[in-house]
Amino acid sequence: MTTENLLILAAVIFTIGAVGVMLRRNALVAFMSVELMLNAANLAMVAFALARGGLDGQVASFFVMVVAAAEVVVGLSIIMTIFRTRRSTSVDAASLLKL
Amino acid sequence: MTGADVAFWICGPLMVLGGLGLVLFRKAVYSALSMAFAMLNLAALYLALDAPFLGAVQIIVYTGAIMMLFLFVLMLVGVDTPDSVVETLRGQRVLSVVAAAGMLALIILGIGGSVTAAPVGLQTANSAYGGNVEGLAALIFGRYVFAFELTSALLITAAVGAMVLAHHRRVHRKLGQAELADARMKAYAETGAHPGSLPNSGVLARHNSIATPALLPDGTIAPESISPTLAGRGADVDAPALSDVTARTFRAVERVVEEEEQ
Repeated sequence: MTTENLLILAAVIFTIGAVGVMLRRNALVAFMSVELMLNAANLAMVAFALARGGLDGQVASFFVMVVAAAEVVVGLSIIMTIFRTRRSTSVDAASLLKL
Repeated sequence: MTGADVAFWICGPLMVLGGLGLVLFRKAVYSALSMAFAMLNLAALYLALDAPFLGAVQIIVYTGAIMMLFLFVLMLVGVDTPDSVVETLRGQRVLSVVAAAGMLALIILGIGGSVTAAPVGLQTANSAYGGNVEGLAALIFGRYVFAFELTSALLITAAVGAMVLAHHRRVHRKLGQAELADARMKAYAETGAHPGSLPNSGVLARHNSIATPALLPDGTIAPESISPTLAGRGADVDAPALSDVTARTFRAVERVVEEEEQ
């Protein structure tokens, strides 16, 4: 298991997350795909920490997890608010600002 | 082949499978579960990559807290609405897959061969303070202490923001018991709707779950006896078929009894 293998795995996971964001219309699933992309970035940082022999990458990964927790709380309550007014979690439903 | 190699070649493909499940499952709950599966595998990979603290945090924060929050919201918004497969933009699906394949090729070609040196390993970094957790603590409360303090402000802001967003003002006044009773009697007078409680679910010889509809005297099912959510999801049990089985068994038993009496 070289660093390169880990980075390629991170790239594959990141791409799967990007595909999820582009393909899925359910806001919750799209949001989960964003989380998957964050996880891929975390994996890359842990791999770099191992490759460079320093712990800074792991600290950065830890901060990403904290920010992700805060982001999920706010994002999910926004989705709940949209669901309450439009009775749908589809990202196509929230089109009030469209021309 | 070290232990980390084995962990990588087991957890890596499983993670990719979990990610694919997240994208490909039509039902959002299945997507959430495959996401949790991918995250658990990532935690195992962290443990193998000399990051035991991150492995534990990954399980506690991501799989434990974030995914459960997702599942709670999924339950709140209703799990009986599968994602629509109609493309709103024509050709969007094909174009997204092509774009993603291009991005993957770009990343892999970009990083391919750029890191050729063997990993240094974390033995020296970990042993400086006596362990991985101690080393991380020294960094978080040393060099990164300002960022750490800022995350506390971020978390408080997020909590307050979630409370503000989740709070909702009532659009209509809440109806009291007397008004609800009046409305029921008015509906009875105007449309003949039954003012009493709904019939309970069916209690058959082999089934008595809430998914079993009650049977009317003529053998047809009483539609009000099961929750519309269950019926809409197709989770209701076929009660007439079940009672047929019971009736057949009953007839067979009666025939044996009659033969014995003769």
